[in-house]
Amino acid sequence: MPMRKVMKGNEAAAWAAKLAKPKVVAAFPITPSTLVPEKISEFVADGEMDAEFIKVESEHSAISACVGASAAGVRTFTATASQGLALMHEILFIAAGMRLPIVMAIGNRALSAPINIWNDWQDTISERDTGWIQFYAENNQEALDLILIAFKVAEDERVLLPAMVGFDAFILTHTVEPVEIPDQEVVDEFLGEYVPKHAYLDPARPITQGALGFPAHYMEARYTVWEAMENAKQVIKEAFDEFEKKFGRRYHMIEEYKTDDAEIILLTMGSLAGTLKEFVDKKREEGVKIGAAKMTVYRPFPIEELRALAKKAKVLAILEKDISFGIGGAVFADASRALVNEKEKPIMLDFIIGLGGRDVTFDQLEEVVAISKKALEGEKVEEVNWIGLRKEIL
Amino acid sequence: MMAVRKPPITTREYWAPGHAACAGCGPAIVMKLATKAFSEAMEEKYGDPNAFAIAHATGCMEVVSGVFPYTAWKAPWIHVAFENAGAVASGVEAAWKKLGRKGKILAIGGDGGTADIGLQALSGMLERRHNVVYLMYDNEAYMNTGIQRSSSTPYGAWTTTSPPGKYSIGEDKPKKWVALIAAAHQVPYVATASIGDPYDFYRKMKKAASVDGPAFVQVLAPCVPGWRIPPEKTVEVAKLAIETGIWPLFEIENGDFHNIKFQRFPKDGKFKKPIEDYLKLQGRFKHLFKKPEAIQELKNQVKEMWRILGKEVELP
Repeated sequence: MPMRKVMKGNEAAAWAAKLAKPKVVAAFPITPSTLVPEKISEFVADGEMDAEFIKVESEHSAISACVGASAAGVRTFTATASQGLALMHEILFIAAGMRLPIVMAIGNRALSAPINIWNDWQDTISERDTGWIQFYAENNQEALDLILIAFKVAEDERVLLPAMVGFDAFILTHTVEPVEIPDQEVVDEFLGEYVPKHAYLDPARPITQGALGFPAHYMEARYTVWEAMENAKQVIKEAFDEFEKKFGRRYHMIEEYKTDDAEIILLTMGSLAGTLKEFVDKKREEGVKIGAAKMTVYRPFPIEELRALAKKAKVLAILEKDISFGIGGAVFADASRALVNEKEKPIMLDFIIGLGGRDVTFDQLEEVVAISKKALEGEKVEEVNWIGLRKEIL
Repeated sequence: MMAVRKPPITTREYWAPGHAACAGCGPAIVMKLATKAFSEAMEEKYGDPNAFAIAHATGCMEVVSGVFPYTAWKAPWIHVAFENAGAVASGVEAAWKKLGRKGKILAIGGDGGTADIGLQALSGMLERRHNVVYLMYDNEAYMNTGIQRSSSTPYGAWTTTSPPGKYSIGEDKPKKWVALIAAAHQVPYVATASIGDPYDFYRKMKKAASVDGPAFVQVLAPCVPGWRIPPEKTVEVAKLAIETGIWPLFEIENGDFHNIKFQRFPKDGKFKKPIEDYLKLQGRFKHLFKKPEAIQELKNQVKEMWRILGKEVELP
């Protein structure tokens, strides 16, 4: 029987790692993710987890050791956040290019400067072009579940790409919630053994991994990463189906909430989705035709699902905790790509919100709705809006 | 019947012909000898000469050996990036442990990938006591990118970023000895070697591969274009490095700096050949002969290096 425990998001991630039985874990402490490797050390110390835990001297070495282990043919896990993820940046491309299905838990945290340990998604959003699959969790249960799903998808032979699962700093990493821990036997069935056919570093059948690609081959190598990421769309849906059958919880590329007759749809990721659902309930009571949607998978980008969502809305308001300076939010830019050639599309607005741990309040969401309503009534509004700015200190 | 003498080193090859290194390449000799020595050690220790894998830092030997779709390697081999051979090797070793695979990992980096950008990953690998031999082939500059100085470039040497000029004698810092930094980690085995004494290098690589836990070998490997030497002089230059005292051959076990073992060290501490013999074969030191005070400064630094190693020496 599955067990229910009250735990922090970080503990849920560590439990997911324990259940997935990676043979090698390499990690380095960083707020707010430190508890993940701490908990894993405890599991290893108590003999509850049979993994080599490499206590590396930096995140760069954490991901490098993971690449070495994964290339040697074993399931591999790590966790980090923010500056740590940024330090890994170079090797993230290599992990994807070498087609190594490493899974990484991220306590989504702002990037310096100024140094800030609190939540936004700038860390993982900035890694969107590395070739890693990206999931975002709304709550601690999703953090656990999505890590298991990440292993399943990453190791699929049609994919073979690394995957990261983001869950919001402190809002989830340090907040206790009830979490259902699935049965080990069912997880074993769900994931199976990882026995790669392309990466093994075995003296009995020596291969060269990480060779130099001249212009005659480089582009094709990169194209296979593109193809794998395209394949991942189908594989993720299959994994969601199988996960539901085995564990009873349903996941969607984009999960919709009260969108059917909505004029305004608020689209977001991560824990903010929970806030939006409550806000939508309140506005519905006031008679506002409003809905919410949560993007669970950001890479590969759920283009078809976004098009279907967009058909329902007159205003698609994207609320995101990241900023690509000089253009706007990254999710907004990506959503624009999804809709650019659609004949009918909603007015699209971007709301930069909750950076560096700034609380997202209903007052701020009211501002989002007010701007959306103006746009709905044909008034010209800014496409990119910073919400909740303290203008008095600017 | 005549007895057939066993060849002094194994005839097995892991470094195949067809790699793209320059004629007379010193590091290419290192690759060939190091893998042979490793193989002998693995055969003696585990009964399987092939019981090793290689984790290679970006650099000359990585670039010339693994150009897709070809490879010069007959052993399992991985390259990831410039600065992380120590960390990658750590990961491979951990995976092998969990797979129950017997053998040892060989990490390889040049002086740039080891002394500079990869020093942190090397330190972590040594400190965590991974069962890895880290082999630093020292050609004393960033040769792959076009001969830029590294912290392992010797005093006075010309490189493209330490050019001699009106206000410059060439490289103006003393050479950084990574072997001593490695030894400070108190790992089982650290050695220096030169391809000018291949048997000594071979023995040390075998020893490094045989010990339980991490080992570090720093081998001098002249670079034909980088040192501005003719391709047929590679080994001669590497020999002179030993004979003139500019390149010490030593072994340090468990970080015991009080019991350093030396090889080819003159009993009376007096080196017979002057350092000038070593310098004059190399275009990278040509300019020094117009500045005798710079050669004297180099000699002082070499003497100081020996003094730190516990030896008073005389250099002609």
